[in-house]
Amino acid sequence: MNLTLEYHRSPVRYLAGRTATGTRLGTRAAGMLAANLSPLRLLNRPDPRPPGPDWGRVRPLLSGICGSDLGLLTGRNSPYLSAVVSMPFTPGHEVVGELLDDLPGLAKGSRVVLDPVLGCAARGVDPPCAGCASGDRQRCDHITAGAVSAGLQTGYCADTGGGWSRMLVAHFSQLHQVPDDLDDPAAVMVEPLACAIHTVRRVEIPENASVLVVGAGTVGLLTVLALRAHTKAGPVYVVARYPHQRERALAAGATEVVSSDRAARALRRATGGFLATPDRGAEYLLGGADVVFECTGGSGLDAALRVARAGGTVVLSGMPNRSADLTPAWFRELHLVGAYATGGRDFPDALALAHAPPLSGYVDAIYPLSRWRDAIGHASAAGRLGTVKVAFAPHRD
Amino acid sequence: MSRPGFVLEVDERTPALLVHEGEGFRLEKLPLGSRVIYPPESLPGLTDLQARIRHALRHPVGCEPLPELLRPGMKLTIVFDDLSIPLPPMRTPDIRQRVIEEVLELAAAAGVDDVELIAGNALHRRMTPAELKRTVGERVFRSFFPDHLRNHDAEDRANLVEVGTTKHGEVVEINRRAAESDLIVYVNVTLTAMSGGPKSVSVGLASYRSLKHHHNVHTLRHSRSFNDPPNSAMHHSYHRMAGVLDAHMKIFQIETTVNNDTFPSYVSFLNKREWEWTLRDQAAYLAVKRGNEMVPPAKRRRFWHRTVAPYGITSVTAGAPAEVHEITMRHVLRQQLTEVDGPADIGVFGLPYICPYNVNSIMNPILVMSLGLGYFFNLYRGQPIVRPGGVAIYYHPVRNEFHPVHHPSYIDFFEEVLAETTDPVAIETKYEEQFATDPWYVHLYRNSYAYHGVHPLYMWYWGAHALEHLGDVIFVGGDRRTTSLMGFRSASTLDDALEIARDRVGSSPSITYLHAPPLTMADVR
Repeated sequence: MNLTLEYHRSPVRYLAGRTATGTRLGTRAAGMLAANLSPLRLLNRPDPRPPGPDWGRVRPLLSGICGSDLGLLTGRNSPYLSAVVSMPFTPGHEVVGELLDDLPGLAKGSRVVLDPVLGCAARGVDPPCAGCASGDRQRCDHITAGAVSAGLQTGYCADTGGGWSRMLVAHFSQLHQVPDDLDDPAAVMVEPLACAIHTVRRVEIPENASVLVVGAGTVGLLTVLALRAHTKAGPVYVVARYPHQRERALAAGATEVVSSDRAARALRRATGGFLATPDRGAEYLLGGADVVFECTGGSGLDAALRVARAGGTVVLSGMPNRSADLTPAWFRELHLVGAYATGGRDFPDALALAHAPPLSGYVDAIYPLSRWRDAIGHASAAGRLGTVKVAFAPHRD
Repeated sequence: MSRPGFVLEVDERTPALLVHEGEGFRLEKLPLGSRVIYPPESLPGLTDLQARIRHALRHPVGCEPLPELLRPGMKLTIVFDDLSIPLPPMRTPDIRQRVIEEVLELAAAAGVDDVELIAGNALHRRMTPAELKRTVGERVFRSFFPDHLRNHDAEDRANLVEVGTTKHGEVVEINRRAAESDLIVYVNVTLTAMSGGPKSVSVGLASYRSLKHHHNVHTLRHSRSFNDPPNSAMHHSYHRMAGVLDAHMKIFQIETTVNNDTFPSYVSFLNKREWEWTLRDQAAYLAVKRGNEMVPPAKRRRFWHRTVAPYGITSVTAGAPAEVHEITMRHVLRQQLTEVDGPADIGVFGLPYICPYNVNSIMNPILVMSLGLGYFFNLYRGQPIVRPGGVAIYYHPVRNEFHPVHHPSYIDFFEEVLAETTDPVAIETKYEEQFATDPWYVHLYRNSYAYHGVHPLYMWYWGAHALEHLGDVIFVGGDRRTTSLMGFRSASTLDDALEIARDRVGSSPSITYLHAPPLTMADVR
């Protein structure tokens, strides 16, 4: 039997979580509310079965809790995605695990990391869609078809299991072998790091362009790392809320870290331009950064739009779960670019970059599945508690 | 006959003494043996002021009478001190109005048509039309505003002119209209010993390019004090610049001084020595203090900023700037100077609600610093009232509040620069150019009512001498986070402050309290 944390369909719990965490007090207590109100339950299920010949079983060693998982549990994620998931499912898509079967190019017992996107290859759909054919599996049009149920990724699909369990199944095209010298805590960061690399590759960043990263959680910090490793960006400014995030952002290569409550003023001083103060709403810049990466999962989008220079670019990294005033996008003629998951060489490059010193210590809270409420609560308050990444060690009791 | 200033030694019979603390005040029992410096009693104001002004213009010192300097077809520019002095603002009619009206009458009589009036605001914020009107009076305002009565614009490159360079390489760049005039008439109010004289034109009409030669950390650290011009490197620089100006243009300086009638009659107890308070004064103290504490801070601020001083004018002197200023200085010191024997371990200062840069505005933390460690600390001649390595105890709430229109660059300076360093030299090196040339600050200075971008840095430099001299700075009643961010400490009470100071000055420190306002300048022997 497979001990698993299962997300099931429960409109009552979904609405309760969404309503409770929508208030100011609820936002503060989001972790506690998510842990107690979300339709998540710990139970034993039969082991998932490989749906096809090139699928194998994976025993998760560590499985991270992502911002999109928290958005799911608090009901903050957009209902837009409900059409591309199948329930009940086991969350968890940031996984380092041990392969339990032999697969093409991968021997049984290998340590692997999971590229969670369930594209045409994994689904056995032939011919593949245009996205998959061009190597951009994250753009797959067939995520509701093929050998497994609907699911944009492992961790949202009823048939594959997910990282928050003691076993999942994965197609060999989703797995990448982990070098021996990369330990499990670093390896579990490979998936979000690959996403960050993918994000910075979504736009052309001219040499010495000024860049702002809004948010200094996992996504923000890894985006800074990716910017320094894979672009020739000039100054990289980071909006951070907590002191430990400031230090980590600087270690990752940020030029300057500014506090979230005065980002516009600080960025104006750094990049020039004028500050405009509307009758209502936050200040904004006439001027600002060339490229802005929104790495908060939505709460920073409004700020990001207000501090990008005219003609600049705002990249949505992470699943946006808040609305924003789009007037700046129109008025300042901004490019609004989405960046979802990974594609191309993002994973191999992430595996190479995962050795970078700033990554050590990012995973500093590991919980067994039995303490899932504590883990969710910790992850929801990670910034405040000085943590970057919280992970489950599913086989730990 | 006014009584001279004196130093009181606190004993068992000494009542609690008044201490200003922002938009409030308290009665404080100082430890026995503390010394309290009181200014000379307020001098009598001149009677028949208009006649005195006329006399000064017709019988100047060091140059021809004003009527002889005026002729048809000439270009005349009248420059006047901006709203930064006197403090609080004087009740109307302002002495500048009286002088300007007299000068204009003479100009009209001489057939001078080309007359312009300019507020010598340097890098201060522009005066609003209402503030200009209050200063020059309704009649002058209506006749000259807006085309011929305006604020100096230190960022209007087209209207600045480099007059020359001093032998020390200091660029003298001032307002073009004034520089190209046949005659500049400067109308001044000298509130403290640092103002007036060579400072008037060389600073009031200057640009950043010119001001940076004396408004810098090195100069301020070598101005001991900047209220004692012979020992002030800043004034040495002013003098060199004034020399360049004198060689190129004619300046007719009219200087005035005020007495110590700083507060109006309804709070007249603030002008008096505590043991001389009448029953009425004591009742007024209680009523005002209680009322003050009951109203919200914003309303309290508005109340105090509406307060005007019933100053008497103690002198009006006109003529060549250097000769005029010598006389003016004698009048200022006669009103403010009190002899003190040696410095103490601890200096105590009560900081009032107003300083030169928050008239009709908010006293933000940077201005509190510049008022305390700049203006008040430097109210000395000879040596500071605190020994080197001693402790200064200030009274002020030091609230983290800023006027968004008047002080935009102050906000950034406080939040960003001070979070990184409070060292004036490091700040000057890394940030001065940035703040001085930031296009947004320049825009707001020119088009809104903002102090120039570099102004908060100047305010920090203003305290550079004190920062170097003092071992510790404590604010009684100061907001803990705000004072800490500036590198200072806060205490709830004087006893707590003395306890904090103990590490520096021991358990039985000597204490000197500079009882101001009304303004008091210590002549420390």
